[in-house]
Amino acid sequence: MAAMTVHLDVVSAENMMFSGRVESIQVTGSEGDLGIYPGHAPLLTAIKPGMVRIVKQHGHEEIMYVAGGMLEVQPHNVTVLADTAIRGEDLDEQAAEAAKKQAEEAIANPGADFNYAEAAAELANAIAQLRVIKTMRK
Amino acid sequence: MSGGKEIKTKIGSIKNTQKITSAMEMVAASKMKKAQDRMASSRPYAENMRKVIGHIAKGSLEFKHSYLEEREVKRVGYIVVSTDRGLCGGLNANAFKAVTKDVEKWRNQGAEVSFAALGSKASALFSKFGGDLVAQASAFGDKPHLQDVIGPVKVMLDMYDQGKIDRLFVVYNKFVNTMSQTPMIDQLLPLPASDEEELGHRWDYIYEPDPKVLLEALMVRYVESQVYQGVVENIACEQAARMVAMKAATDNAGNLIDELQLVFNKARQAAITQELSEIVSGAQAV
Repeated sequence: MAAMTVHLDVVSAENMMFSGRVESIQVTGSEGDLGIYPGHAPLLTAIKPGMVRIVKQHGHEEIMYVAGGMLEVQPHNVTVLADTAIRGEDLDEQAAEAAKKQAEEAIANPGADFNYAEAAAELANAIAQLRVIKTMRK
Repeated sequence: MSGGKEIKTKIGSIKNTQKITSAMEMVAASKMKKAQDRMASSRPYAENMRKVIGHIAKGSLEFKHSYLEEREVKRVGYIVVSTDRGLCGGLNANAFKAVTKDVEKWRNQGAEVSFAALGSKASALFSKFGGDLVAQASAFGDKPHLQDVIGPVKVMLDMYDQGKIDRLFVVYNKFVNTMSQTPMIDQLLPLPASDEEELGHRWDYIYEPDPKVLLEALMVRYVESQVYQGVVENIACEQAARMVAMKAATDNAGNLIDELQLVFNKARQAAITQELSEIVSGAQAV
């Protein structure tokens, strides 16, 4: 018997990233990592910058990076409304590494017009991207 | 040949106009393709957002957000999306006609009306029309950004929060295909419920972290995304309408030139005939 599946839509403001039936989804919620399986209770949560791991039908995996957004779970339907989403294979490791370094430096030597919240958000983004790249390698 | 020269100049000037209109047609055609792609790629977000919001409107949530409550309508808000430039056929006129009709309906029910205008044509309309214009933004260019619409949307949402408006609509042109665009008036607030029937029983979400914060963020995002989608669609419509209008103008110019050419030829023929008969009668007199 085929495994139970649920319909998933991953959309970003710019385009449709994924639409189809999946066996499970793993996302980084604002309160911690979440694993969603078919038949999950209705859930509404914010997403932190991080990884979305999708297990498609027949066990194929796909990994994406999202920079925040919302997750809605309905028993038959899961929707990820991402602010920005990038497919795992499209991520640029060097760019992420550089962004991380830049953000760290900005936090270490704050200038006159330094915005801590902004720099911290950038750092979180870069770290999340790097984490996705590392997971993809495994 | 005095008539002949004038006609010649007229033909020349129409030819110049024709060149311009056909160039505009081609520009619009290439921009339309891009605008259409942009519209298609941002549509899924707006649609999924509407679906999620539809679920929320149907559920019996522990926290009743003010955007979900129907209030007695004393004042209605419209966000009217228009183009920045003219020469696009009846596109703006059709949308404005739809708004005016809708406004009339609300006024008959004793409700006041406020507007937010996106695009310079809408601003121009309401300065003439005399509505209460509370916000305006224009010059989006071909690639509108979400930031461009946030300002006017925020003004409207604040007014809704303060109870100054009780209903919010967005007006834009929906892109059906290249030949047809329909003006749409969509209700943004209070939220229209989803049509799906399967969620009839009582249920609520599990929230992480807090329902109030989450719903607040989601609602604002929802309204912004719907207005943004309206702006993007309207731009695709603008290019399509302009292309069609300019094609018609080019064709008309062609017809006009043909007709004038005929008149010119006749005038020339008449002049020659007259000259000939003058010479002949002159020769006979000698």
